[in-house]
Amino acid sequence: MTDTLVEVQDIKVHFPIKRGVVLDRTVGYVYAVDGVDLAIRRGETYGLVGESGCGKSTLGRAMLKLTEPTAGRVVFDGIDLSAMKGEPLRTMRRRMQMVFQDPMSSLDPRQSVESILVEGMRAHGLDTDRQATAKRLRSLLSSVGLPSTSLRRYPHEFSGGQRQRIGIARALTVEPELIVADEPVSALDVSVQAQVINLLEDLQQEFGLTYLVIAHDLAVVRHISDRVGVMYLGGLVEEAPSDLLYAEPLHPYTRALFSAVPVPDPIVEDRRERILLAGDLPSPARPPAGCRFHTRCPWRQRQRCDTERPALREIAPGHRVACHYAEDIRAGKIRPHAVEPELVEQDVTGGIGPDDPLAGPASVTEALGP
Amino acid sequence: MALLEVRDLKVEFRRRGEEPVRAVDGVSFDVQPGQTVGLVGESGCGKSVTALTIMGLLPKRGPHVSGSARFDATELLSLSDRQMRDRRGRDLGMVFQDPLSSLNPVVPIGLQVTEVLERHRGMSRRQATVEAADLLDKVGIPDPRRRLDEYPHQLSGGMRQRALIAIALACRPRLLIADEPTTALDVTIQAQILALLANLVRDTETALIMITHDLGVVAGLCDEVNVLYAGRVVERAKRHDLFAIPRHPYTHGLLSSIPRLDAPRGDRLSPITGSVADNIPWTTGCAFAPRCPNALDVCVEVTPEMTDDVGVPDNRSLRCHNPVERAKRDGEALV
Repeated sequence: MTDTLVEVQDIKVHFPIKRGVVLDRTVGYVYAVDGVDLAIRRGETYGLVGESGCGKSTLGRAMLKLTEPTAGRVVFDGIDLSAMKGEPLRTMRRRMQMVFQDPMSSLDPRQSVESILVEGMRAHGLDTDRQATAKRLRSLLSSVGLPSTSLRRYPHEFSGGQRQRIGIARALTVEPELIVADEPVSALDVSVQAQVINLLEDLQQEFGLTYLVIAHDLAVVRHISDRVGVMYLGGLVEEAPSDLLYAEPLHPYTRALFSAVPVPDPIVEDRRERILLAGDLPSPARPPAGCRFHTRCPWRQRQRCDTERPALREIAPGHRVACHYAEDIRAGKIRPHAVEPELVEQDVTGGIGPDDPLAGPASVTEALGP
Repeated sequence: MALLEVRDLKVEFRRRGEEPVRAVDGVSFDVQPGQTVGLVGESGCGKSVTALTIMGLLPKRGPHVSGSARFDATELLSLSDRQMRDRRGRDLGMVFQDPLSSLNPVVPIGLQVTEVLERHRGMSRRQATVEAADLLDKVGIPDPRRRLDEYPHQLSGGMRQRALIAIALACRPRLLIADEPTTALDVTIQAQILALLANLVRDTETALIMITHDLGVVAGLCDEVNVLYAGRVVERAKRHDLFAIPRHPYTHGLLSSIPRLDAPRGDRLSPITGSVADNIPWTTGCAFAPRCPNALDVCVEVTPEMTDDVGVPDNRSLRCHNPVERAKRDGEALV
């Protein structure tokens, strides 16, 4: 038994952009995930954060092979899933399950809770003994904090938080080892959010689960995760243990991200300096050359940042950063400077245009002063 | 005198054959000129309906509105449609949560800004175009002249929200209502928009009603905060006071159920038990009582009134029979 449960190596997911009425031709690619290496250890919670469009959900799906990766390898418990197809893959899936964001659209409104829960067990041949199944369902429901009378009811009869509990129970029916939770609490109200977060933590203890939690809410991810990976435009820019990452974010993007999160405490809010990033996330169909973040980076240096894509390198034990100047920024040798915001075209279908303002490295962003 | 005085505002939605739903159940609050006031609560607490009622944007048929909303000594609730249209855009501006569905998708951004300027400030098309470019520039849209001819779908979410703010501020309203203006945006973009709003409000001395579910947003922006639960204001305090000593068990519960970015990992969250489905009607007692760790027998028998909170210094009000004692913060269990 290895320490690592699941590992992705240089994984890439590119979605073709198609044009044409009769004959489709590919006019470009959306580089949703573009070369990510990461490993999740058995029993830990790995948090993946980033803003919308950074590829975090696609990475999560690619890890379960729900989306076929364009390149790279997925290794689950020492077994290479890359070449796996059909029945063997389906059997493997029992060991890795997913919890979705919107519990309403991920539960069939015409299926009773019992039928939703039994479906997965049946598919994996776990529903052999009726009485044993009924017993298991009851114990699962009590684990996720739902009354056992729920079995005969339908999804619409439950509140958002309860539906998310059903979604979690469904993932647990087949005794998985890895659960990928994609924005598990973002559709819920704050008071209910905390209930579900606590539940996820309890279940991890109870069943020895490994989690990949994908979320945009940094506070949630920091709270629940042992290690956190920060994604920007298809790539991992920083990875570190949760507390360390918060104590010493090294990548300029991570710093900006942390400084942007509002904290429910006016004393903290009044004191802290915000690093306001100028402009928007560039389109993943036309990622900037060099470091993907250089168009918005207040610490950007000439030449190297514009042309050379930084590799993720280990800067301290367990702390990996993809920035050429991480050490200099940490030591305060490079000061942040003002950046001019640049236009980001929303029209993704346009493909790669030569006159695109993003293609050239000349333009810059503007960090507003604190 | 207050710029806006909302008194005992009630909004009830009635449908034939169904129980009437009271979305807003006697909300009162004031907004002083230049002040930023927060309305905070979870979904269904009535915060958005309150805003729509003040703006006169509720459908004519269906909802039953009572109470009063006086803006600068004018009763907004009794204005005719035509009078209200004059007010909206000129005195009252609004920014909505989802900028894509509140901008007209088939009209260029420029025209949507100039429309307001021509209607309320009597500008010519040419003047208005110059002013519109200026406004877009002021809200931080790069290359504003080019943007004037573009359509909403060509702008990013953050840029759309900026455009919407430009439209709302075009006539320098004295009151701006922002209904979850950053909920649909990413956190770095949210920080940009909040900084923009704070600066605009400060520079133009516009009063702002900030409607949000995010206590973090409130902590950084609002002078005074109204916490809503089930259609009523349950606690009102100045920003620093509210967060330092949350007195209502609901406010207290909200604050201790949010994971904080600056809290060490491993602290367990203490969520509020149950859900809004457990509420009892306000007419019976306190709606929050079934979920309240502080609930006494009196809570389910007597409706608590909004009273000045004598338990703490400073001027604040509270609707609670058994408020949280001040020492009980920082994760300590409630009695």
